[in-house]
Amino acid sequence: MNCTKCKTRAVIDLPRHNAAFCKGCFNYYVHDQVGRAIKSEKMFGKDDRILVAVSGGKDSLALWDVLLKMGYKADALYVNLGIGGYSEVSHAKVVKFAETVAAPLGAVLHVHTVEQEAGAGIKELAMLIHRPTCSTCGTIKRYQFNRVALEHKYDVMATGHNLDDEAARLLGNVLRWQEEYLDKQSPNLPASLDGFAKKVKPLFRLSERELAAYSVLNRIDYIVEECPMAKGARTLLYKEVLNRLETESPGTKQAFYCGFLDKQRKPESSPTTMAEKDQAMLHPCSVCQQPTTADVCSYCKMMARAKAHAS
Amino acid sequence: MHIQLSHPSRTVEIKGPKKTKDLLKELNLVVEAHLVIRGDELVTEDEMLYDQDQIEIRPVISGGSPRLTSPR
Repeated sequence: MNCTKCKTRAVIDLPRHNAAFCKGCFNYYVHDQVGRAIKSEKMFGKDDRILVAVSGGKDSLALWDVLLKMGYKADALYVNLGIGGYSEVSHAKVVKFAETVAAPLGAVLHVHTVEQEAGAGIKELAMLIHRPTCSTCGTIKRYQFNRVALEHKYDVMATGHNLDDEAARLLGNVLRWQEEYLDKQSPNLPASLDGFAKKVKPLFRLSERELAAYSVLNRIDYIVEECPMAKGARTLLYKEVLNRLETESPGTKQAFYCGFLDKQRKPESSPTTMAEKDQAMLHPCSVCQQPTTADVCSYCKMMARAKAHAS
Repeated sequence: MHIQLSHPSRTVEIKGPKKTKDLLKELNLVVEAHLVIRGDELVTEDEMLYDQDQIEIRPVISGGSPRLTSPR
């Protein structure tokens, strides 16, 4: 398979774009998608100071890498959750990236260690307060991320949420009709009041597979191992279902999430009820008088065609 | 060929030559959720893999929070 753009040997195929790219053209594609996301959602400008939340995983390290290479002022925060060997490995990978890639580009890594502040790791804390570990983890990360952003006067916080994350979350919320949460699915959450920093998701146009490929191709050493606390999480099931749909019908995830964003942007137009829509669009068929949107209804057209062929 | 898999970490031997997409199908793995790496190079779905190749099939799905909302 050859690169769609330069015709050299491709290293990744992207069925949803009906394309394949070599390393150079794929890096251009990734940077272009991030650039489009930043511009279309008015996330930040070249003078803004950005705080990236990094975990040691492929998405957050790829985000930090892309922003720095695109010339943005991006520092990062790593929260050490104290999950035994998993946190030790992820911490080491973040520090290695910070020292070898980010520091030479003038970026700084902040670290918050949960055990130092709370006297226990995330697992023990969750047990003490009788809450699920993932939920406790989310609360701590969001709190510390916001705190560091405000204390160090960053203009915006950026997370590595990708297309798969957003599509899976949307599917979960729609399955339960949790409409009150849909407003919060925008990739740009403004600083709505004092004490809340602006939060953006510049990777929302890129899939997990694309971000893993970007990390492999650019030798970003990320933690491949899954967080031991995440086993059996429902988000993973939604992602699995969406990936099966995506494999059968490329573009499904993008159509689902980006279609939702488009709908959110457009004001509700009238008429809104089914009856009002019908009254506005339907009129009697000129042949049989049954309702149709055209001059002649599809039944009469089909029968006329059949009669023409038969005669 | 020697195949390295993750989650859980294990290795399997599969007879080549075989196209990447056929290898994934044989292992019942979804293309969209995996990368196939030969040595340290990514390969596309139509690439032919041979017995002497060292292959890693890397899962790309991550994320654990069961929370479906996106609270601030």
